[in-house]
Amino acid sequence: MTTVKEQQEIQNHFKERMNEDELLNCMRCGFCLPSCPTYIESGYKESHSPRGRIALMKAVADGIIEPDEDVERTLDLCLGCRACEPVCPSGVNYGHLLEEARDIINQNKRHSLPVRALRKTVFEGLFPHQNRMRMAVGLLGFYQRTGLQALTQKTGLMNLFPAHLATMEKVLPKAPSLKEMKSRPTELKATTEVKKRVAFFSGCLMDTMFLDTNNATLKLLQMAGCEIAIPEEQACCGALHGHSGEKDTAKKMAKRNIEAFEDLGADYIITNAGGCGAFLIDYDHLLKDDDQWRERARQFTAKIKDVTEILVEMDFHVQIPLSMQNVTVTYQDSCHLRNVMKTSSAPRLLLQSITGAHYQEMQKADSCCGSAGIYNIIESEMSMKILDSKMEHTKNTNAAIVVTANPGCLLQMKLGIEKEGLSDRMKAVHIADLLYEAATSQIS
Amino acid sequence: MIQPEVKQRLIQIVGSENFEDSKTERLVYSYDATPNFQAMPDAVVKPRNTGEVSEIMKICSEYAIPIVPRGSGTNLCAGTCPKEGGLVLLFTHMREILEIDEDNLTMTVQPGVITQDLIQKAEEKGFFYPPDPSSMKISTIGGNINENSGGLRGLKYGVTRDYVLGLEAVLANGDIIRTGGKLAKDVAGYDLTRLLVGSEGTLAIITEATLKLIPMPETKKTILALYHDMEAAARSVSKIISAKIIPATLEFLDRPTLKVVEDFAQIGLPTDVEAVLLIEQDGPKEVVERDILNIAKICEEEMAISVQVAQTEAEAEALRTARRAALSALARLSPTTILEDATVPRSEIANMVKAINEIALKHNVTICTFGHAGDGNLHPTCTTDARNKDEMERVEKAFEDIFIKAIELGGTITGEHGVGIMKAPYLELKLKSEGIAAMQAIKSGLDPNNILNPGKMFAKDNRKRVVVAK
Repeated sequence: MTTVKEQQEIQNHFKERMNEDELLNCMRCGFCLPSCPTYIESGYKESHSPRGRIALMKAVADGIIEPDEDVERTLDLCLGCRACEPVCPSGVNYGHLLEEARDIINQNKRHSLPVRALRKTVFEGLFPHQNRMRMAVGLLGFYQRTGLQALTQKTGLMNLFPAHLATMEKVLPKAPSLKEMKSRPTELKATTEVKKRVAFFSGCLMDTMFLDTNNATLKLLQMAGCEIAIPEEQACCGALHGHSGEKDTAKKMAKRNIEAFEDLGADYIITNAGGCGAFLIDYDHLLKDDDQWRERARQFTAKIKDVTEILVEMDFHVQIPLSMQNVTVTYQDSCHLRNVMKTSSAPRLLLQSITGAHYQEMQKADSCCGSAGIYNIIESEMSMKILDSKMEHTKNTNAAIVVTANPGCLLQMKLGIEKEGLSDRMKAVHIADLLYEAATSQIS
Repeated sequence: MIQPEVKQRLIQIVGSENFEDSKTERLVYSYDATPNFQAMPDAVVKPRNTGEVSEIMKICSEYAIPIVPRGSGTNLCAGTCPKEGGLVLLFTHMREILEIDEDNLTMTVQPGVITQDLIQKAEEKGFFYPPDPSSMKISTIGGNINENSGGLRGLKYGVTRDYVLGLEAVLANGDIIRTGGKLAKDVAGYDLTRLLVGSEGTLAIITEATLKLIPMPETKKTILALYHDMEAAARSVSKIISAKIIPATLEFLDRPTLKVVEDFAQIGLPTDVEAVLLIEQDGPKEVVERDILNIAKICEEEMAISVQVAQTEAEAEALRTARRAALSALARLSPTTILEDATVPRSEIANMVKAINEIALKHNVTICTFGHAGDGNLHPTCTTDARNKDEMERVEKAFEDIFIKAIELGGTITGEHGVGIMKAPYLELKLKSEGIAAMQAIKSGLDPNNILNPGKMFAKDNRKRVVVAK
């Protein structure tokens, strides 16, 4: 519940902080509506569309309505997939508006004690500290390896949780051991002639739960001719914070990362998670009002590139034979990779270059899968509706492999496959893992 | 405010899940795509069928509650802005294509069907539904019918009006009427179908429509002609028509519009020329080839710098999509974009383009022009800032001059966007007081309590204002 006083505070901050020009830039043509998953899944409710949300933000800033529970609800229900941005002829930066609005609401709202405690633990206590991330994932590994997982699944303990959470627990990847997570390289040589020097952004979750994918990514870069710097001082990108109204913590993470990467002499900073990449590439906006950091942020963001882009740029798919055993593959876009980093053709081109893999484009591959960070946990009803539609399109491709380019999407697609009972004939993989497999396979 | 008993009765009809009156839900239906107009409705209702619309209508009649039918809210005349409050009626539950009759070449649809979905469904069966308003990706057919929408293909194929054969509609008293039918000929009484098309929701609520389909043209070719001189482009348009060629599409974009469209679409449009014409011809292969050749010749004679033929359908579609984004793309230039659609006989297009440039200079405002040059329907668009009162006054004066000039050239104040609230003060310019009186007689006959989309079409006073109305 927001109190009247909190609402007044929120309203004042909307007036002060929301970018009026950006709000006015939306001329309400409605061209964004068909691209919005929540608009479609809510049964075409304008309040759950980008145009509606911007109109609500503007109405709060203009003092026409109060930022009540309903307004907050429509903003909460936004996936933040930003599919509305590339289709907006006026070029409204919806993502920036949403982030600002969420930050204002969150900073002025007194959460209930348990929520506060949880937010503090997750946003401040866990994600910013890579050693604690390792511990957490290490615990997961302990749980999986000791038979505790088998026991909970057998006893039906997970049935106490909502169905999708129980399924999600099942699809979590096998966690690496604490030792594997701790002994990470900081510098790697190319395995062929050196063509570029790049830095690798490891990511908090990617370097723990998805360690194998990070290893595959590094190997691909080495094979392409990259020497790689992996600075130890780097931290979580801050996306989770930025999207959840914890902008200050996000800024702290940004500064730490800029510092960690700036003196490495790298041509590019490579990411393999669309969600992280999109947040990193936006650091210049995040720090736009900070005189000391603005220019440093700009230099940092200019170097951000997804692994698929650099592989294509370096002709990896031409130089390295890629092959697989006759299989149909399809690709689900990572929203942030596509809509913010503007990377959509590189992953497709790479997949189409694999001999033996039949690439089948999925209908509406450019539409969100409903993962959206932690959205699938906190907004599970909408998330599952979106996932159900996504799975229909996935099934129509007859693909045995669904390729993704972001950990959240990967888990969500795994969840969809499990939910639909398709795990015997379909799997979801990260593109780096698939490419590494195709590059090292002995089939010719 | 909706009285509690009225609310109860409405909920009884549509179910509580289809009645909304929270501030949030009202706010998001307080606007459409027209800048500077906003008014809150009292409630939002989503009927599931014609019977429910009729029941709602009866209640509105009984309590004299305004009712505003709304599709996707993409109109450009403030036609769905609930100026006098009341109910906004949504058709999100009535979005079925009921039938494609391949023997009679008709399609029967509910009002909530998205225009593009309908066009696609027709094309899947080898039929063609030509009206293609720029918002067709999201606009509804109900909205198109109420506004009598045009589009890029209007020149050769006409507008929505030319494709509506029959309607089902609910009158202000709740009566359900059916007009026309799957008929090529039908003179049984007044042509109520034509009357309701373009009536902007002021005469009845349209609940079903039977549309005419035509066979899909065999081939299509698209060209882009570039000019260093706007008026040369406009002259080409008149010459093409007077050479007895009617292209399927004949669109005009000036330099500033080209620039913003290219910023958005990034398809390699030229941004260093003063104007381009986007021209399409469809039909049998030989005819298309011959026409395109002749059109290219005319353009070259009129000093086109280059005339390029689109090599693939994808390239042609990219050009069309880019053109459709023109208005919204212009919003990149300034906080407020106000567009008009003054229309002149096609022979006067060069004169009108010239006049618009002079008027912009005279009032010191920026006007970008694009539009359906082939049918004389231009969209002079003013890039301005609603917060700048002084400039808004000048914009107002410029538009008044444009309207007067259009009428003087034998044209009209609006070609395809409708009157709504926005152009109501100027309607008399076109119709004279006698014309307005005749229309008002129809309105009061069908809607004696003035509950159907009140405040639209007829201005309360004749203070001429399109942009500084409030």
